[in-house]
Amino acid sequence: MSDVSASREVHKSKRLAGDEGVWFFITADVAMFAVFFAVFMDGRSRSLELFEQSRRMLDPTIGLVNTLILLTSSWFMAMAVHDLRHQNRAGLLRNLWLCVGVGSLFAFSKGFEYSQKFAHGISLRTNEFFSYYFIFTGIHFLHFVIGVIAIGICLFTVRRNELNSRTTRLVESVGCYWHMVDMLWIVLFAMIYLLRAA
Amino acid sequence: MMGLLRNSNTYVWLALVAATVLSFVLAEDIAASRLATSAIVVVAMFKVRLVFLHFMELREAPGPWRWIFEAWTLLVLALLLGAYWFSGS
Repeated sequence: MSDVSASREVHKSKRLAGDEGVWFFITADVAMFAVFFAVFMDGRSRSLELFEQSRRMLDPTIGLVNTLILLTSSWFMAMAVHDLRHQNRAGLLRNLWLCVGVGSLFAFSKGFEYSQKFAHGISLRTNEFFSYYFIFTGIHFLHFVIGVIAIGICLFTVRRNELNSRTTRLVESVGCYWHMVDMLWIVLFAMIYLLRAA
Repeated sequence: MMGLLRNSNTYVWLALVAATVLSFVLAEDIAASRLATSAIVVVAMFKVRLVFLHFMELREAPGPWRWIFEAWTLLVLALLLGAYWFSGS
């Protein structure tokens, strides 16, 4: 095979997982979160002491647990897509259930964390740090809820339909969205919980 | 069980978990230093890239899509590190 035809073969095998429309949404969403990160870091640079004192009031262990929950849920989603590609319907359903089951623990953990903050009188209005904390993690949580609903739709669709190109596109698209939710939390965890002043 | 060990997703997940624990240890157990905190940011963006390329399969995606997210990763890395270092930490 010549270099040119080999390069064409490689090009042909390139493929975007899921629906292109979902990828446009993901692109817009990560761009929006990049602005959130910039806003947070700008606020931090102007009120370093306040941000550091407030950061110390967070429980990084809960942040760690949340991260491990979402990473593990994401892994089950990746395994579900793997089973989908191998026409393994039972494996696909099992991994989607595990994905949503483990992922749902994030709601409990986040609910516990928010309730602890409220119990200590900390709210959106406490200071600039906690405004950003509640707004950005709240918007992320909304993404999480949409993801759980979308995985529920995948489960419903896979149970009632054959594995065809339509179900493949649906599960792959929801999978990419779910991984994005995981990815955004990775940055939020590092930026809000772990970035301490030297 | 053997199926899990044969699947590359499992190794990506293990790397992500290990990197997360490393970040936590760097943040909690090592004396506050600019370098340790910078390492936390670098590890976080390494994890982001792993999720993009492997879980979201961007390593298989047509060029423009992959490079949009590679650029986003670099941009956020520069933003976090730049703001951290130029704010007096």
